[in-house]
Amino acid sequence: MISAEIISAWVFVLLTLCIFSFLYKDNPFYKAAEHLYVGASAGYVAVISFWQQVQPNMFGRLWPSRVDVDDGSIFTSVWYVIYEIFNFISTGFGILDRSIFPEGGIKGFEEIRFIYLIPFILGIFMILRLVPKLGWLARWAIAYIVGMAAGLRFYGYLNSNVLIQIKASAIDFTSDWGTIVNGLIIFIGTISGLIYFFYSTEHKGIVGRLSRIGIYFLMIKFGASFGFAVMGRISLLIGQFNYLKDYSSSAYNYATPVILVFIIICLAIWSIMGDENKNESTA
Amino acid sequence: MNNKVVIWSVLFLGVMGLYVLGEGAIFVEGARGIFASVILVSMTIYYYIDRASSGEEIYLRKIPGLQALEEAVGRATEMGKSVLFVPGISDLDQVETVTGLNLLGHVAEYTAKYETSLNVPVSKSIVMETGREICKESYLKSGRPDLYYDDMVHYISDEQFAYAAGVNGIMEREKPAAIFYLGKFYAESLILAETGNSIGAIQIAGTGSPSQIPFFVTACDYTLIGEEFFTASAYLSNKPELVGSIKGQDIVKLLVMIAMVLTVVFNGLYQAGWIAFDVLNLF
Repeated sequence: MISAEIISAWVFVLLTLCIFSFLYKDNPFYKAAEHLYVGASAGYVAVISFWQQVQPNMFGRLWPSRVDVDDGSIFTSVWYVIYEIFNFISTGFGILDRSIFPEGGIKGFEEIRFIYLIPFILGIFMILRLVPKLGWLARWAIAYIVGMAAGLRFYGYLNSNVLIQIKASAIDFTSDWGTIVNGLIIFIGTISGLIYFFYSTEHKGIVGRLSRIGIYFLMIKFGASFGFAVMGRISLLIGQFNYLKDYSSSAYNYATPVILVFIIICLAIWSIMGDENKNESTA
Repeated sequence: MNNKVVIWSVLFLGVMGLYVLGEGAIFVEGARGIFASVILVSMTIYYYIDRASSGEEIYLRKIPGLQALEEAVGRATEMGKSVLFVPGISDLDQVETVTGLNLLGHVAEYTAKYETSLNVPVSKSIVMETGREICKESYLKSGRPDLYYDDMVHYISDEQFAYAAGVNGIMEREKPAAIFYLGKFYAESLILAETGNSIGAIQIAGTGSPSQIPFFVTACDYTLIGEEFFTASAYLSNKPELVGSIKGQDIVKLLVMIAMVLTVVFNGLYQAGWIAFDVLNLF
């Protein structure tokens, strides 16, 4: 009997083997899997961003549940009239059911946060790229993001990458020799690595020698990092092969061998036909 | 000591004095160290920008990967093939992405100059908009606005491996002669760089992600390691204010090295019981 589990196993095996077929060369199986993956993920991310970010965090803060915020003022009434206008537009002028703007406000927050009008307006500016005459407004949103990120990261990096690094360079002389030597190696590595990244000084003499030590330290780090990452990738590959092995059983109607043979046959035919076409065109 | 150094030092002490007076009321309490660092770093960099702007010659050592940028575009032109620019998978809130887009401007100038086709697949909508603005400006600056079209910067997917699959597909089908990986990268870096290597393209990479540099070092012809990548834009533009900022950053690195040495010495003296001041309490 074919169950949802068996179907999902077949889809899993098919897509995995389609992607693996890239190891042979670019082919229709890889192209199909690639386009499916790109299209599905683009749509998925768009939906997730809207329903997990924009709707609850932006609209939800601007128009929280009215029961929690209604002070009986005219302003609140007018504010929620705007909400209803948005709802009217989002439901295709009343044709569809309301979903983005539920009845009586969005649950989750207990006060109206007008500061969220700023991202709302900046978001509209980004959308205005679609209107050629107003497209320049998108630059304001971009400028905000770049400026905000620069300021925020400056503080964060200075704290985590500089100050904490200086603190961490302190060698603990009260511990055992192994730890002290380790601390010294890290200290020398950091100092020489920093010298390598000096640009306004010629790397000659003592500076040149220290920067050479720095590049050795960097390369040792890169080598270790490379090995570590490759080991991680190999374990991922083993995990994927384990799934393929599990789906080879009769419980899954021999999904892996059947699809593997099918793909190999198709690729062989495609390759032979491709060669024939090439020969015809050269003749 | 020249007058400017005195003025900046007084200014630094003045700002620190303001912090001490307003600590807890205006400024965050207990953040003197980080506040002093932010002010010191900003003032140091600004001081050297000021010196460079006033016409002082600043020496910068050569970085091979940067000189190869134009050569790579030239090679693509000779071969009649396109240039692929990959700005990574992060948004504009990452410094690497901003740096990558700065370099995109330079690469776009070269492609406009050599009349070579440029392809920039992106994974974030804001990066796409910014990339388009940058390319448009570069083509305009090079006197070839006729060669610019919006679709040279195009969206693929927000999802990491869907983006990698899409870019791989572009590499396999278009077979670009030069590929630039300049931005923030994660696990997709090796997949991209290996595919680029397999098609025989000249590859230049630059990233600040330490865990991804090894992959680029292994698979690319030139790699801008860490800060080499961040300074690249200043090198290429040769604008005094940017060149001055590199000199300023070098001085900041020197200050960090001095701080590290002092931390080790004072910590050692404290642990030996020769002084009662624990330097680690400063951080």
